[in-house]
Amino acid sequence: MKIIIVGCGKIGSTIAAELNSEGHQIVVIDSNPAAVENLTNTIDLMGITGNGASYEILEEAEIGNADLIIAVTGADELNIYCCLLARSAGVRHTIARVRNPEYTKDLSRVKDILGLSLSINPELICAREMDRLLKFPGAIEIDTFAKGVVELIKISVPENSFLSNVQVSSTADYFKGKVRICTVERGDETYIPNGDFMLLPGDKISLLASTSDAAKILKKLGLLSARSRSVVILGGSKTAYYLATFLLRAGVNVKIIEKSKQRCEELDEKLHEAVIINGNCMDLELMTSEGVEHADGIVALMNNDEENILISLYLRKRSGAKIITKINNSSFSSIVEGLNLDSIINPKHLAGEQIAKYVRSMQNSISSDVETLYHISSNNDIEALEFRVKENSKVTGIPLKYLRLKDNLQIACINRGGKLIRASGSDAIEINDTVIVVTKHKGLSSLEDILK
Amino acid sequence: MNKRIVLYIIGWVLIIEGAAMQLPALVGLIYKEPNGLYFVGIGVALILIGIIIVWKRPKNTTMYQREGLVSTALSWIVISLAGALPFYLSGEVKRFEDAFFEIVSGFTTTGASALTSVEDLSNCMNFWRCFSIWLGGMGILVFLLAIVPKVGGQQNAYLMKAESPGPIFGKVTPKIRDYAAILYIVYFGLTLIQFLLLVFGGMEVFDAINVSMSTAGTGGFSIKNAGIAAYDSYYLQGVIAVFMMLFGINFSFYLLLLAKKFKPAFKISEVWFYLGIIAVTTALIAINISNIYPSAYDSIHQAFFYVSSIITTTGFGISDVNLWPGFSLALIIIITFIGACAGSTGGGIKVSRVLILLKEIKKEFKIILHPHTVQTVKMDGKKISHETVRSISIFFMVYVLLFIVSFVIVSLDNFDFLTTFTSVAATLNNTGPGLGDVGPTGNFSQFSALSKYVLSFTMLAGRLELFPLFILFIPATWKKKG
Repeated sequence: MKIIIVGCGKIGSTIAAELNSEGHQIVVIDSNPAAVENLTNTIDLMGITGNGASYEILEEAEIGNADLIIAVTGADELNIYCCLLARSAGVRHTIARVRNPEYTKDLSRVKDILGLSLSINPELICAREMDRLLKFPGAIEIDTFAKGVVELIKISVPENSFLSNVQVSSTADYFKGKVRICTVERGDETYIPNGDFMLLPGDKISLLASTSDAAKILKKLGLLSARSRSVVILGGSKTAYYLATFLLRAGVNVKIIEKSKQRCEELDEKLHEAVIINGNCMDLELMTSEGVEHADGIVALMNNDEENILISLYLRKRSGAKIITKINNSSFSSIVEGLNLDSIINPKHLAGEQIAKYVRSMQNSISSDVETLYHISSNNDIEALEFRVKENSKVTGIPLKYLRLKDNLQIACINRGGKLIRASGSDAIEINDTVIVVTKHKGLSSLEDILK
Repeated sequence: MNKRIVLYIIGWVLIIEGAAMQLPALVGLIYKEPNGLYFVGIGVALILIGIIIVWKRPKNTTMYQREGLVSTALSWIVISLAGALPFYLSGEVKRFEDAFFEIVSGFTTTGASALTSVEDLSNCMNFWRCFSIWLGGMGILVFLLAIVPKVGGQQNAYLMKAESPGPIFGKVTPKIRDYAAILYIVYFGLTLIQFLLLVFGGMEVFDAINVSMSTAGTGGFSIKNAGIAAYDSYYLQGVIAVFMMLFGINFSFYLLLLAKKFKPAFKISEVWFYLGIIAVTTALIAINISNIYPSAYDSIHQAFFYVSSIITTTGFGISDVNLWPGFSLALIIIITFIGACAGSTGGGIKVSRVLILLKEIKKEFKIILHPHTVQTVKMDGKKISHETVRSISIFFMVYVLLFIVSFVIVSLDNFDFLTTFTSVAATLNNTGPGLGDVGPTGNFSQFSALSKYVLSFTMLAGRLELFPLFILFIPATWKKKG
């Protein structure tokens, strides 16, 4: 597909790399020549320097032949205008980043008039993800499938638990066949384990289970603790605002510490029930006096990655709270993984997932459809996809053991009318199922792609 | 530096060269020449070596500008060394320096010959000479990128940048593979049209193939000792003259035409400037030589053919230009240096660089008159960044410097000034023939081995636009830490 991306910032370049690796033809537009140059040197795409909201520039990018335009510049208004222009040139699919909370609220009113196919708000997605994590503090990451029936939970294997030093096949007895271990992350490597794979303490494993079973397993492992009742948010960004609104709605006590006095006043105006504290989060005395370490949940949301990492490491030593750290720069992910932080959230990747899912659904075949898409591992190389089966195809009606699947690919489970079927060799895929697949192959857009 | 990826790219280049050698082998088979077997043997050997090298893809395929430049320069040196082997091993070219000079001259599309009589060569060897021009014209790495797009990981743009001539590199399609492929398709298509027109005009098929390839790469090798003068027909010489001019045009022009974007295509100022230079110099020379030739028609024919041949740096000749008056020769030396458009198969400094330098000079004068004026240099409605202007100025200086150094070394051979001067100009600009003893009717055989290697180096430096080759000699390039 031909995709035009306007804006080569953090999100724009992440999306460009992601979509390029899936084989799409990409043109990026940015007014900063250095940003364009940097991308064209490192990724196989075409770059144009100029204002993406001017028709002349869009024409240079062959807007007439484009299938999709993604506007992710820093300015919401520009993004929306850009999509409007593209729409007038006949581009059917438009995605705009709109992150101003005031606009996000009203966007649903005008979305149809504007012809926006999708609006993404990385801060909002980020906040939702953090909210979910604070509900289940034992998990590192939680993704939901099948409209919430199935959950994919990432946990760290606790020392001396029934999961440590056992083979994957022998865990089946404990789980009574209700849980499937999809991936194992150890060091920099991520594995899709087979039966004789040995689990070690400290491995990060992703489990697929129905929502009720997931809670039971966390309990068994001693990882289930109650929902965080008091949460401290360090840094008063837009994400902090969104997260605070979610938490307050659920009756959680929220405390926000923010450096800028002016921002504090803004936040106080909008989030009246929250306690807003004006101060520097790197001031440890302030941290102690505000009793940050006694909170159930701590979220580090400052602009600076290094400060987020440092303060999280400090608090992890002193407090038993669930700690979530926001990190924007993924270049150092391998080092950051080794730091033993609790949960890490990368807004760019979350936005990338959402767009990748949209693009895959755009190009899918008639017989199946991508419902959900998550990147499981921290280095982004494993995907979990949920496909909806719409009609008969090469993969339906055949027992799974007779399907010749790609290497590094696993059918994790089949969801039939809300009932979870653990995909064993004799089961077959039927119409109206949704199938969850875990794979190292990028760019699967149809269920038939799982075959060799 | 990531040496593993450089080696990997060279491995692929060897495979392509080995495969390319099977074409002259086929020619040898058709003409029942035993020397064709050298192409089979050497070609297969190159393919095997290449396969051994590329068998394991390097884990780290990260490439930066440095790796791009180094692998381009080394690839060109390696293909030249390997490409000289059939000439040398078959014994058709006695000395290795001659064989090396000949093939470098081919790949760099120079077309200067170190052989006294090309008609003594077997057909397969002559085919290899002309085919090397065709391959070198659009570039062997561009070919590689068209068929093995993933060769250098994501950063292939560096490879293409290093090999494509011109000050500014810009893809017209998002994917490098599509871009490389479409360039080769246009290139092949134009070559085919020329071939058909030549055969239509009564040229032998084998001659037509070789002349078309030689024109397409703007090389100038001929399989006749007399050069293009051997085809004594206004029609044939006219077709060749027009096609030389066409191959000197920036290929973006053709790509835009193919995409039916006529407006932007005809707005490329470089193309107009290039055609303008051809028209003016042709007119001036035609007037200047009008008393040598019987009719005005003949003068225009001669002038146009030679201007088209020299500005595109092809170097075909149809008469002995040493007999022309001094003014015409001066114009010819000037257009030798200007060269063809960026993004074409021609050599020289390139019209766009000259155009930008001229605009920069104009700007400087304005600044002298109005010291506070703010000026930006624009081309085709786009601002030329300071970095581009700076790199063009540096390019020009290094060009002159290389010219001076080569000139001094070659002057050791003690030829007359005109011969020495134009032999360096003709190789650095990838033109081929110069004036004096190396004029269109002469050749480079009388130079010493040292001069031949120096001139081979200037040819490579001219084709790759200096920097890729020079970076090989900077020790810091090879340091892992630096």
